[in-house]
Amino acid sequence: MAVDPGKTVDLAHAMVMKPVAAADWLVVAPVVIPLVFGAVILMLRHETRMHASIAIAALVATLAANIGLLARVIETGPLVMTMGRWLPPFGISFAADALGASLALVATLVALVCAIYSLSDIGSIGRRYGFYTFMLLMMAGVGGAFLTGDIFNLYVWFEVFLISSFGLLVLGSEHRQLDGATKYAILNLVATTLFLTATAFLYGIFGTLNMADIARKVDGLRDTAPLMTLGVMYLLAFGMKAAAFPVNFWLPASYHTPRIVTAALFGGILTKVGVYALLRTLVMLFPPELALLSGLIAWVAGLTMVIGIMGALAQTDLRRALGFVVISGVGVMMAGLALGTGEGLSGTIFYAFHSMIVMAALYLLAGVMNGVGGSYSIRTLSGLYGAHPMLAAFALLLMLAAAGLPPASGLWPKVMLVRASLDAGYPWLAFTILATGLLTTLALGRVFILTIWRPRAEERLAAAVSPRLGYTVLAALSLPIVIMGLYPDPVIRVAQIAAGNLLDAAPYIGTVYPGGGGQ
Amino acid sequence: MRTLIFRTIAPYLTSLMVLFSIFVLLRGHNEPGGGFIGGLIAASAFAIYGIACGVSPVRRALYFHPMAISGCGLLVSALSGLVSIFEEMPFLTGQWGVIEVLGVPVDISTVLFFDIGVYLVVVGSITSVALALEEREHA
Repeated sequence: MAVDPGKTVDLAHAMVMKPVAAADWLVVAPVVIPLVFGAVILMLRHETRMHASIAIAALVATLAANIGLLARVIETGPLVMTMGRWLPPFGISFAADALGASLALVATLVALVCAIYSLSDIGSIGRRYGFYTFMLLMMAGVGGAFLTGDIFNLYVWFEVFLISSFGLLVLGSEHRQLDGATKYAILNLVATTLFLTATAFLYGIFGTLNMADIARKVDGLRDTAPLMTLGVMYLLAFGMKAAAFPVNFWLPASYHTPRIVTAALFGGILTKVGVYALLRTLVMLFPPELALLSGLIAWVAGLTMVIGIMGALAQTDLRRALGFVVISGVGVMMAGLALGTGEGLSGTIFYAFHSMIVMAALYLLAGVMNGVGGSYSIRTLSGLYGAHPMLAAFALLLMLAAAGLPPASGLWPKVMLVRASLDAGYPWLAFTILATGLLTTLALGRVFILTIWRPRAEERLAAAVSPRLGYTVLAALSLPIVIMGLYPDPVIRVAQIAAGNLLDAAPYIGTVYPGGGGQ
Repeated sequence: MRTLIFRTIAPYLTSLMVLFSIFVLLRGHNEPGGGFIGGLIAASAFAIYGIACGVSPVRRALYFHPMAISGCGLLVSALSGLVSIFEEMPFLTGQWGVIEVLGVPVDISTVLFFDIGVYLVVVGSITSVALALEEREHA
């Protein structure tokens, strides 16, 4: 710092003086690594051959950082770094707890697998127009959203991944893509505006944007501040981001239009960021308001589940059907939010891990089916069992996973949610979760029977793409699905720690404000 | 807009504006100014040059593709935040040093490089948009 030599300034009044070990940088690494490599790819925009390998290397490094971060967070509790070492709440804190770190880890895993599949899906024109840059910047945004400890910064990261996702969505500039992107952009910007308005309102009330600071001040302001209004605004804004009924219409309007890799990325990751933001704001910051809203959220959850899966039953395009399955999954996660209990929230968090992997895998499966069958329509696709038995095996596993049947990962979070619903006195919610499982089995079973079991139609399309790369990525995603299904204990434990961090924010606050300073 | 007067004056105007944008960028250290506003001034300079003389002379003059410039800016900004890792300080903490230029001590900091990065990001992205729009107009 440039200070007059004659004067002494006590920096401790304004800055964090504790030295930061290099290992603490893990908390920003999942954001900085994709950002840096995204920039490098942008600079090398003509060297399209190098893009994929740089992106994959970047995502591997990010994944390693995420694994390190999660291990550290599980072992020693939340990890905080405040940018520019200004004391929080003035400096922007990155604060990773088990919830953010684990979701960031799963999201990066999904992105890595998608990047590998993109080798066959994204040609040199798509690369030249910045597919990998957008993808890495999107992952930086997603990582930032999961790890930041500042609510305005959360908004910024939402914008970062939203803008990048616009870029991914229109890549190819087909007419229907622009149509889908317009709906996606406008409805998401409405949600973002609501989020921003709510945040401005929150800043007016609290005078701080640091989430730990808000969490510790909220009880003192409960009698005078309109916290219910804030809670409802956040519920609406993030509900829209998460595609919960009745504000879900942007999702089926757009997710079937981009390249299948992009759809897999979006379907896997983006709605879960909305769910994460709901958990972070409503459970950690406004728990009494959440308790009052619980009945409403339960209804929203139930309707999202049922209407989502009914939509899937009505579709004949694989990608459109999957869009509705994504929505139905959001409903399941909202159920845990409505309950607000430790077990319900653990179920939601576990379901989020499961849903990220399974939805991305299902979209990639659709991509492989299109590669070998030449169509996304379940009317045209047929006889895949005879030609590609491996594909049928993956399809069966993924459909069991999505429906919540053993041996795949969907079973345990649903068991947890059903038990939590019964404990919390919402038997109808438990029933809805089970009924949705049945309907999902029907919806995906219909797809399975038509595309895989049905005998091949007369004139079949020539197999255009070898499914080998597809099998590799499907195997890479099926492995965690089966492991989580057969040996769920570690994942349940992580989900429970994450839920515990949300319900009792004291350790989180204590890490951001060691010694309770900065009041 | 391709009048003789405009075409004659545009290169001078552009060079003046780019010079001014760098002045604004450096001035932003302690006074109003900075990378963002400086970048906007430079981008409008290139836009004016494009309106007067056509898009391809601008692309030639820039040499690098505008998007590559903004990628470079993003990289510079991100890397300037990483320097503090060696000082055991958090990400984006400003680091300062003094170098002698012709016997005059000059304070130099990572903050400056961050701002230069912002400047390049803004120049690159806004110029890219402006040139694409002008190309569309003339096509």
